Amino acid sequence: MTLFDGIVIGGGHNGLVAAATLAKAGRKVLVLEAAAELGGAARTQEFAPGFRVSSIAHVLNRLHPDVMKTLELEKHGLRIARADFIPSVALSKDGPALVLHGAYGEVLTGASSAEQSAWKELRAQLLRYAGILKPFLARRPPDLGGMSLLETASLGQTALALKKLGKEGMRDFLRVLLMNVADLLDEQLADDRLKGLLAFDATLGSHLGPRSPTSLLGLYYRLAGETGGAAGAQWLPQGGMGAVVAAIRAAADKAGVTIRTSVPVASILVEKGRAVGVALDTGEELRASTIVSAINPATTFLDLVGPREIDTGFTRKVKNIRMKGDVAKLHLALDRPPRFTGADAADHKGRLVIAPSPDHVERAFNPSKYGEFSPEPVMEVTLPSLADASLAPGGACVLSAVVQYAPYQLKEGWDAGKPKFLAAIMAQLEAYAPGIGKTVRHAELLTPADIEKRYRMPGGHWHHGELQADQMLISRPVSGWSGYDTPLDGLFLAGAGSHPGGGVSGAPGLNAARRIIAMKG
Amino acid sequence: MAQATKKKPLAAAPDLIAAARIAAQSHFRTLRLGTPFQPRLDALAKTQDWYNWAGYRAPHSLWDEELEYFAIRSQAALFDISPMTKYRIEGPDAEAFLDRVTLRDVTRLRPGRVHYTAWCDDEGFVLDDGTLFRLSPTRFRLCSQERHLPWLLDSALGFEVTVEEETEAVAGLALQGPTSFAVLRDAGFAGVDKLKVFDLAEFEHDGATVTISRTGFTGDLGYELFVAADKALSLWDRLMTSGEPRGIRAIGYTALNRARLEAGLIVANADFTTAEHAIRADRLRMPDEIGLGFMIDLEKGHFNGRRAILEARTKRRLLHVLVGLEIEGNIPAEHAIVYYRKSQEVGLVSAAMWSPMAKRNIAIASLARPYGDTLVEDLWVEIYAMRELQYQKLMKRAKVVARPFIKLDRRTSNPPADF
Repeated sequence: MTLFDGIVIGGGHNGLVAAATLAKAGRKVLVLEAAAELGGAARTQEFAPGFRVSSIAHVLNRLHPDVMKTLELEKHGLRIARADFIPSVALSKDGPALVLHGAYGEVLTGASSAEQSAWKELRAQLLRYAGILKPFLARRPPDLGGMSLLETASLGQTALALKKLGKEGMRDFLRVLLMNVADLLDEQLADDRLKGLLAFDATLGSHLGPRSPTSLLGLYYRLAGETGGAAGAQWLPQGGMGAVVAAIRAAADKAGVTIRTSVPVASILVEKGRAVGVALDTGEELRASTIVSAINPATTFLDLVGPREIDTGFTRKVKNIRMKGDVAKLHLALDRPPRFTGADAADHKGRLVIAPSPDHVERAFNPSKYGEFSPEPVMEVTLPSLADASLAPGGACVLSAVVQYAPYQLKEGWDAGKPKFLAAIMAQLEAYAPGIGKTVRHAELLTPADIEKRYRMPGGHWHHGELQADQMLISRPVSGWSGYDTPLDGLFLAGAGSHPGGGVSGAPGLNAARRIIAMKG
Repeated sequence: MAQATKKKPLAAAPDLIAAARIAAQSHFRTLRLGTPFQPRLDALAKTQDWYNWAGYRAPHSLWDEELEYFAIRSQAALFDISPMTKYRIEGPDAEAFLDRVTLRDVTRLRPGRVHYTAWCDDEGFVLDDGTLFRLSPTRFRLCSQERHLPWLLDSALGFEVTVEEETEAVAGLALQGPTSFAVLRDAGFAGVDKLKVFDLAEFEHDGATVTISRTGFTGDLGYELFVAADKALSLWDRLMTSGEPRGIRAIGYTALNRARLEAGLIVANADFTTAEHAIRADRLRMPDEIGLGFMIDLEKGHFNGRRAILEARTKRRLLHVLVGLEIEGNIPAEHAIVYYRKSQEVGLVSAAMWSPMAKRNIAIASLARPYGDTLVEDLWVEIYAMRELQYQKLMKRAKVVARPFIKLDRRTSNPPADF
């Protein structure tokens, strides 16, 4: 007897979005989460007594408006006001910071007037071009085999948008599309701090340096996201990222989704080329006509389904997905809020970026190619407890930092390398916020190896697969299977490993659910 | 130029390493490898008519291709099949692995049995066909036309199985023809009479073992023998000595090719293009399109290409069909174009001959469906017969007929007939 129409494996935000969307369309859905708590890498977790922090993802900048709308997340407590947008602050060791205010630098302060107008122009250009890619980076990728009328029409719209750029604009769009970010920045900007910030943002979360070909795509990916209706805007959720997941969960609950936690799925049951259910590691078997895997694609096929049930060519492709993380996450419990040089009180509530120049980012990247961490890492720092006192005990402060580059396969191994890398990070922080070291009550550093283990993300890669040109769009997670369906009937993918990729967007989950509904699966 | 010749003296150690590496790669100095039987073949090769079989020097003919063919049908013919690609597949999961890779149900292949099978890529296109020998519950030999080691190794993920190429290590002989059983018996292979068609067993030879199977590529009574390469020559001599009174002859491929056509058997990359060789998208073939649909077992567990094959069947996307043709007259229609109503091109003949056994003009052809499938009337072939530097164009009626074109009782009769 089938109790559920659909089983969603993985209660990360994408799994919950998929489940809630399916439930709203009338499906009876069960979500199975391996951990004790929902949210995956988008949780709020206590890391020291009284100190709570967003686990991996800490800045919300791309929660898709369709997800907000479909799941009525505002009703469930997720309200994003323009006033809550946080600035991006390019820190400087010995001078004033340069600040991008509003939605990704509507106003730039701390730079010369010439740089301000150059930025205004570049920003408009970046947003214009990102706008063309935006529909591609939101919807299901086009089916090259046989395009539906709707798909053809939306491709036509893109062609129209391209045409609207004019001949010169179109040429320039195509010229820069696969460029490296450093060269583009050198063409148009002069201020190293601004260029450093943009170089950092373009390469954040990928195994690329600013001078690696195609690194500009990362910036487009960021700017194709929006918050509160504004492209590139960013927000620190009250209550941490767990609050976003809580809102999605509330939507799922309301739609009638059943959720079970601490239930690791051991395998996906396959009968004659069709996924028919899951087996839990307790031996319990649950059956449903639709199985949605919102976890890593490689884990899904190589571990849960197993290579025996899939074709060799497909297995090859899955095995070849590059997913070795290069980012570490640092959580500090501080006695008191740190003082970053050159930043004012409002800046401290923003996203503080240590990436003094594109060269610096590039030099930080170089060792990671050879299995070594950056001796002078680059990072983005947030101090979430400044705006949300509930995250830290009175007077104390939480520091959350995303730090690059930390190669998954560290040559010396992370057991030996972790303390050394932590020291390098602390030295870098000390240089920008003198005295911070003495206020550290507790430090938690999550290397890609830790992230892999704790959040079940192979390679510790938060995108569940490098987000580069060859692993995007119709090639994500693998070529030929980018549309959320899989070679197994009844099995769908809905996680960040699918198009468009990672970040707290909900787009893979939403698209997968829509695909399932469209297929009457 | 002077600069180019002025070489920096290399350190001694790298020099030695380089020399060792070059020595290990000297295969390129021999453009066509000899098989373990080469000394015997060379001694018999009166025509010196060689071709390249998977990198080996193999004979088209040795003395007279016409008489070599008749050796198959009326005596015993010895054909060197050592160049055939051979894989040793072993392990507790060997059966499950092969069941997943190949089309047929391997769980129904008992130890001591052989079956003809094929395997496909993800899209359901045939990568190759070949024979699978089950040597023990956990040990198999897969023989094929093309090389597949990377494919087999990648397919082995998740199975407790080892896959090793043993093409060089194992020598093979096909002994085919009405006297072949008698030759083996007289050579002292006691118990060989027990072998039914597609059976195999191990026999003692020269302090080692030889695997003899009642299989072949001729549609005749016949056997295939596999032995370690260093026992190849003694096996050859043993067979030749015992076979002499019964007319044993070494033969080349041309003769074998005729026999296989009469038997209606297809050859990869002659009658169809294997998926990894095809460059043009419309040359790929599914099993159903080359007459191998009978191998497909949708009831067994997952096998490579299952999804695509099933989809093509359900959505009626099978575009081609491979058929046997009987053509009026006696001029072989080799590589002739097949027409519907003498005007519309619908396919191509891939192999053709006047069959001395069937006394018919036979051919194997690939046609675009529905021709050859549901539409079998009014088919013609256009034969270009060269007559003293002028083509005589013949439009001949072709009839779709069942394969094999000949059926010899002696192939399957038990016990095998003495001669």
